[in-house]
Amino acid sequence: MALLDVKDLTISFGGVTAIADLHFEVPESQVYAVIGPNGAGKTTLFNMLSGIYRPNEGSIKFQNQEIVGRLPHRVAKMGISRTFQNLQMFFNMSVLDNVKVGCHLRTHSHLWSAALRLPNILKEERQAQAWAREALLFCGLEKYINMPADSLPYGVLKRVEIARALAAQPKLLLMDEPAAGLNDTETVEMRELIRRISQAGISVLLVEHNMGLVMQVSDRILVIDYGSRLAEGLPEEIQNNPKVIEAYLGGEVQYAV
Amino acid sequence: MKRLSGFFLLAVAIVVLPFIFPDNYFVTVVGVSAGLHAILAVSLNLLMGYAGQISLGHAAFFGIGAYTSAILTTRYGWNPWPTILVGAAFTGVLAYIVARPILKLKGHYLAMATLGLGIIVHIFIVQLGWLTGGPDGLGGIPTLSLFGWEVDSDARWYVVIGALLLIVVWLALNIIDSRSGRALRALHGSEVAAEMMGINTAATKTGVFVLAALIASVAGSVFAHQQAFVSPDSFSFFFSIELVTMVVLGGMASTYGAVLGAIILTFLPELLVVFEDYEVMIFGGILMGTMIFLPQGLFVGLQELLRKLTRRRQRAAQAAQATEATKQKEDNHGVA
Amino acid sequence: MFDQILQFLLTGITVGSTYALVGLGFAIIYNASDVVNFSQGEFVMIGAMSAVALSAGDTGLPLWAAALAAVLITTLVGMALQRFAIAPARGASVVTTIIITIGASIFLRGVALLVWGKDLFALPPFSGDDPIQIGNATVLPQSLWVMGGAAVLVFGAQYFFTHTTLGKAILACSCNKTAAHLVGINVGVMLLVAYGLSAALGAMAGILVAPITFASYDTGVMLGLKGFSAAILGGMGNPMGAVAGGLLLGLIESLSAGLISSGYKDAIGFIILLLVLFFRPSGLFGKASVERV
Repeated sequence: MALLDVKDLTISFGGVTAIADLHFEVPESQVYAVIGPNGAGKTTLFNMLSGIYRPNEGSIKFQNQEIVGRLPHRVAKMGISRTFQNLQMFFNMSVLDNVKVGCHLRTHSHLWSAALRLPNILKEERQAQAWAREALLFCGLEKYINMPADSLPYGVLKRVEIARALAAQPKLLLMDEPAAGLNDTETVEMRELIRRISQAGISVLLVEHNMGLVMQVSDRILVIDYGSRLAEGLPEEIQNNPKVIEAYLGGEVQYAV
Repeated sequence: MKRLSGFFLLAVAIVVLPFIFPDNYFVTVVGVSAGLHAILAVSLNLLMGYAGQISLGHAAFFGIGAYTSAILTTRYGWNPWPTILVGAAFTGVLAYIVARPILKLKGHYLAMATLGLGIIVHIFIVQLGWLTGGPDGLGGIPTLSLFGWEVDSDARWYVVIGALLLIVVWLALNIIDSRSGRALRALHGSEVAAEMMGINTAATKTGVFVLAALIASVAGSVFAHQQAFVSPDSFSFFFSIELVTMVVLGGMASTYGAVLGAIILTFLPELLVVFEDYEVMIFGGILMGTMIFLPQGLFVGLQELLRKLTRRRQRAAQAAQATEATKQKEDNHGVA
Repeated sequence: MFDQILQFLLTGITVGSTYALVGLGFAIIYNASDVVNFSQGEFVMIGAMSAVALSAGDTGLPLWAAALAAVLITTLVGMALQRFAIAPARGASVVTTIIITIGASIFLRGVALLVWGKDLFALPPFSGDDPIQIGNATVLPQSLWVMGGAAVLVFGAQYFFTHTTLGKAILACSCNKTAAHLVGINVGVMLLVAYGLSAALGAMAGILVAPITFASYDTGVMLGLKGFSAAILGGMGNPMGAVAGGLLLGLIESLSAGLISSGYKDAIGFIILLLVLFFRPSGLFGKASVERV
């Protein structure tokens, strides 16, 4: 059974069709990349997968349950987590608190028990603390744990966002351009992090422009152009697919791997 | 207990103050007023400072609580205590109904909607004269009494309101340092990311809005019994703006900041009595000045200042140590 | 009955014209700098009060000169607001700028209170106060001044923004400050002009209406709020929409005051505002915006 099953997905914004009849399947425990020229509709796709946008037509099934029509927090509850193309950090909190928010779905207390500081709150706080530290260590962020988020460089914050998403223990992690804005060293670290995430058993759906990273880390690749499916397959197949090459550059190109 | 160290300081200050300054007008009368303002400011701070939802109509909930207590005790002879609960229930329901549509708005629209709400409530209070006493207000409100202990003096009101303030501060601190508190702050930081972490942002906003309204309502009921008289003037949108000023002056997203802001803004008019004609102008000037130069508020601003000063001293000390060390090395190697 | 309604309509358009001008001023500042200026009403108040003060007594200027001077003074106040309160806080959050303008409103009111006290003042009507008959309804000549003056100012503003280089430059700043800067537009000056213009419009509205409704240090408050409501009703950022919103608001108020109850007329205006905000926040003529993630 595919983890994610997308069929006939279509969405238009005021006359402009952003995604048309898109369909693909994401198998379990894989790194699945979505690539395509700028404006092809990749972030729109992610927004539909997260429940932020509602498609005009089509269905998105996650573990055989329909996502379309659910609010984002309900989609998150199904086991999907996400990072953002333009960093959506909680700049009003420390790194640790940011990642603790990721534990929201794994804890259960409400406003009223929090106000009265009932015993289950203390236990929950200790748990959230432990889980958050775990996620931060996994991403190599030990030394930033108590720092305020608004004092850290971009590259570090991208990883904090990943740690936050991982703290939720998702089954599927949507990563929207994780390597954007990173230098070469940081990109290599990101590649390793994505590999570690996949090895931990979490499926990754990746939107990325850095072809080197994509080719090295993905199990399968989907190519979108003008909102439609252009090609899908193994990295080698995609690299040599003439339609893909033409869509990107209109000619021949060598990929640096 | 590091978490509550500020709380204990506040508690000690509240308890000790009347003994250091016995029979002092500023402590028992202005202090009581400041305490009520602080309770309101802390509740508004949860909504504005932590959850980031601007509200220019908070006085409305304060007023509904006050008038419910006033009307039920004077016109229907109720005992004060249940009126506090009824006021809170009524306010809670109203806040809940209004919350969903209002909190879908953001920024200026939310500000305007809450402002409009406050004005509408105020107009209704003035117009429903047969119930509320209209512009002249309602008097003869009985005081509270706790198992025979009647709260009939300024000193006793100081005790009651001081205790209430400590309770509200304690509740607020507990909330902030919990899953719910982080959800509030996440909501403020990035609504879309908060949703993706599983936070039901609409429900969270509603929850904090209703909570702030409930606290304001209880404060209102207590106010009515303390003053023994209510009039619409105390619940106008000017007061809503004053409350926002307190939160903003002291520091958004800081409970102690809200308390500080309330204390300063309650004592300021007393001190400015000398400058009576200039009072409004100075108030406006403070508001503008704080927001332009210290947008994070006094509490955080002062903390930052302290941090910068200690860092400068640290760095100076380190630099001094470093030059000492190099000098020593130079001496040891006989370099001139 | 019809006469009554005619009367209410006439009052409504008069009042609405004032709201329209205040709303227009809001829209101009909002378009130019993304700031909602809660002290807009104070421009109206300062215009009216200055005109009264300058034309009062034996040493007073003739009305037209006092009015001109009052508009000039208010224009300077508007520019000062931009230069000393808004510009230093560039990049601040929405809440912060809202509170700054609220602070400015309180500050200006405080200054007015200091200078003029709490008394009510009135300007003499421009062309007498013999009511004019229209059917069985009467209208003050000053009301016609208000309506006519507002129409001239509104169309003047519209012409300014669509047919003059300066006006178009200001619009450019509101669309994209960086791009405007790059094509050589002095954004700082444009902002000053926008605020000054907005203040001038407010002042003129105040002077037009002062002979009918008395002016005092706090008459700006409700006007500002109503003007803001007008801008929202019409769609934030749409100047002509704000004008339409103002007229509509004035009519609704007048009709509810006459047909339902005058005590609740302000409440009805705000209830309508809340309904608009709940169901169509982009206003009657505005465009809905999509948030990019």
